[in-house]
Amino acid sequence: MPVIWLILTVLAIAVVGYVLGRGRALASAGGEQIKLHSLPSYYGSNVAMKVVVPAFLILVLWLLAQPLIVNNSISGMIPDSEIAEGSSRGLVLAEVRRAARGLDNAVAAGLITEDFARNARADFNDVTARLKEAGQVVTSQITQPILRAAQEYRILNSSGNFMMTIVVILAALAGAAWGLYESRAEFRARNTVEQGVKALLIAAASIAILTTIGIVFSLVFNTIEFFRLYPAFDFFFGLTWSPSFSGRGGSSELGIIPLLWGTFYISFVALAVAVPIGLFAAVYLSEYAGPKVRAVAKPLLEILAGIPTIVYGLFALLTVGPLLVSVFGADGVGIMQSGTAVMTAGLVMGIMLIPFVSSLSDDIINAVPQAMRDGSYGLGATKSETVKQVILPAALPGIVGAILLAASRAIGETMIVVLGAGAAARLSLNPFDAMTTVTAKIVSQLTGDADFASPVALVAFALGMTLFVVTLGLNIVALYIVRKYREQYD
Amino acid sequence: MNDMPKIEQATDMTDSKISANKVQVYYGDTHAIKDVDIEIQPRSVTAFIGPSGCGKSTFLRTINRMNDTIDICRVEGSIQIDGEDIYDPKVDPVQLRAKVGMVFQKPNPFPKSIYDNVAYGPRIHGLARNRAELDDIVASSLQKAGLWEEAKDRLDEPGTGMSGGQQQRLCIARAIAVSPEVILMDEPCSALDPIATAKVEELIDELRENYTIVIVTHSMQQAARVSQRTAFFHLGILVEEGPTQDIFTNPVDKRTQDYITGRFG
Repeated sequence: MPVIWLILTVLAIAVVGYVLGRGRALASAGGEQIKLHSLPSYYGSNVAMKVVVPAFLILVLWLLAQPLIVNNSISGMIPDSEIAEGSSRGLVLAEVRRAARGLDNAVAAGLITEDFARNARADFNDVTARLKEAGQVVTSQITQPILRAAQEYRILNSSGNFMMTIVVILAALAGAAWGLYESRAEFRARNTVEQGVKALLIAAASIAILTTIGIVFSLVFNTIEFFRLYPAFDFFFGLTWSPSFSGRGGSSELGIIPLLWGTFYISFVALAVAVPIGLFAAVYLSEYAGPKVRAVAKPLLEILAGIPTIVYGLFALLTVGPLLVSVFGADGVGIMQSGTAVMTAGLVMGIMLIPFVSSLSDDIINAVPQAMRDGSYGLGATKSETVKQVILPAALPGIVGAILLAASRAIGETMIVVLGAGAAARLSLNPFDAMTTVTAKIVSQLTGDADFASPVALVAFALGMTLFVVTLGLNIVALYIVRKYREQYD
Repeated sequence: MNDMPKIEQATDMTDSKISANKVQVYYGDTHAIKDVDIEIQPRSVTAFIGPSGCGKSTFLRTINRMNDTIDICRVEGSIQIDGEDIYDPKVDPVQLRAKVGMVFQKPNPFPKSIYDNVAYGPRIHGLARNRAELDDIVASSLQKAGLWEEAKDRLDEPGTGMSGGQQQRLCIARAIAVSPEVILMDEPCSALDPIATAKVEELIDELRENYTIVIVTHSMQQAARVSQRTAFFHLGILVEEGPTQDIFTNPVDKRTQDYITGRFG
């Protein structure tokens, strides 16, 4: 039974269980709802919960475990001699799975019989020919061990699936029976369902946290792998970035300093654009604008935040870059070689960050109590005096937090940099030079066809890890400041 | 309001500090203040009493045009301070508020040092030519507000770190620092405990020598203790106004009597 049908079956059992549980609880109270401990729907939900939760839990665990177990037992069937030079056991296993899938498809299309597919004495040349005929592309000749393994794979999987169906449906039925047994008037169904809801919410929260931990671990292991191949000191303090994709990266120089410099330089330009404009926009929206202007202007400003960064990248490449070249290029000031430069990427990234800064700052400025404004106006201060001397100082910690959050976005931004800043890793002070950032280099290191085991590819993980640590640090500082600020008026 | 004691009102007219004439206040479509006429004496304390929502705070806020900061609020009629109409287009509300200071219900010191709180107004209006003069203004304001002894050793500490009563006296000092002629107080003791209240009341009584004070209060005892004249508001109407003694012992209007004897409100 395909998994989707299994899921639907379990859900159907849950629905039936809901109706039965509800009815049973009502019946146990003689049809008088007032005598029940909980509302009838809670008894139904209790049964449904007991059907769905264990059944789906088993289903998920089974689906995770089965491929591991099957792969393990198949792997034992493949002799070492089958593994060609330069290949690996994983590749052969993939070949086995492909062959098995070819057999499945051929059977489904009616080109070969199930018996033929399972025939242990079938000749592999014959099978290969038949599969090719059936349009199930087989890249290379299927060898005898691979065919046997593929056949075994199919058998293990189908019996596994069959067992899974049985176990899951039994679990669902057992859950239904348990829930129905409990559906009596005095059973505290409401409290049980409340526990279930709590468990659901905890599960959702832990998935988010566990994913973060998973990401960190995948970065950490690959980073360690990288530092085994490339000295950490050269990585963190090297002043040159010149990866060599040939010769397994043997002569690469992978110093992070030029990339970090580009990252911080571009982020600095971006913040220099976004912070004043965003802040002034926030002050206007929260202090000066009337309700009508605010109702129109605020959503308009926030539309900027919804534009995909690749679109900003195009804007940088096609509009801002050429514009800057016409002023600062060879025909003008003469300090800009091409459209891709720190300034191009920084300006556009700054525009992207304006709504980020303004929206957060607006919320923070609005959180400054009206009593502060009244106090200032009551002393004869004008609006701008009030903003400058009372509101901004009171909101400053929160605004700093907003700026740090914007900074961590700027540091992590990729597309605008790829299109706007160029690809040259360079240590230069001229903001009209092309530079590149950590994120842009992660992309280029992993999109090349370098071997994943070589330092030129693995360096991407070390770069990612460094970036992660930097932005995490910024976020922690920002959250700390924002939280501290919140306590001020409580 | 012409059925008020006419002789007394006539004598007041000559030297009143604030004189309101047919004042109407609207919040959007709500007519919050109706036809209020009142004369407020210089160098005395006038108390506004009345049940919640009667418009006494709203009327108080028209005297320094604080209602201007509320978009939907509209004021009609005339209010004169020293014979000058404060709603005249020529009058700058910002300047007016320097002359008519305000103390709010909840102490609202700025999140700055005690010194900077008091120096805020003088700095904005350029009242001090140098640091020494500013120091003098801060010191004398704190002295007048009766806070100098408690604050002189901690001028650099944040004003928000003081106790509620101290904060409110700091706000009074802050208002005094710009040398206003009138100080409006909107329930200045409602967030304070009895001891802090007593101190603020004592301070109000002292300030009467130099300033015209208008205080809104929910506490009739407070009105009786600190004010020389009392005005009773009800449903946006000024029901009765007169010497505090008379209002509390011999009110003319039935509603005033009901309110001060605790029959409603």
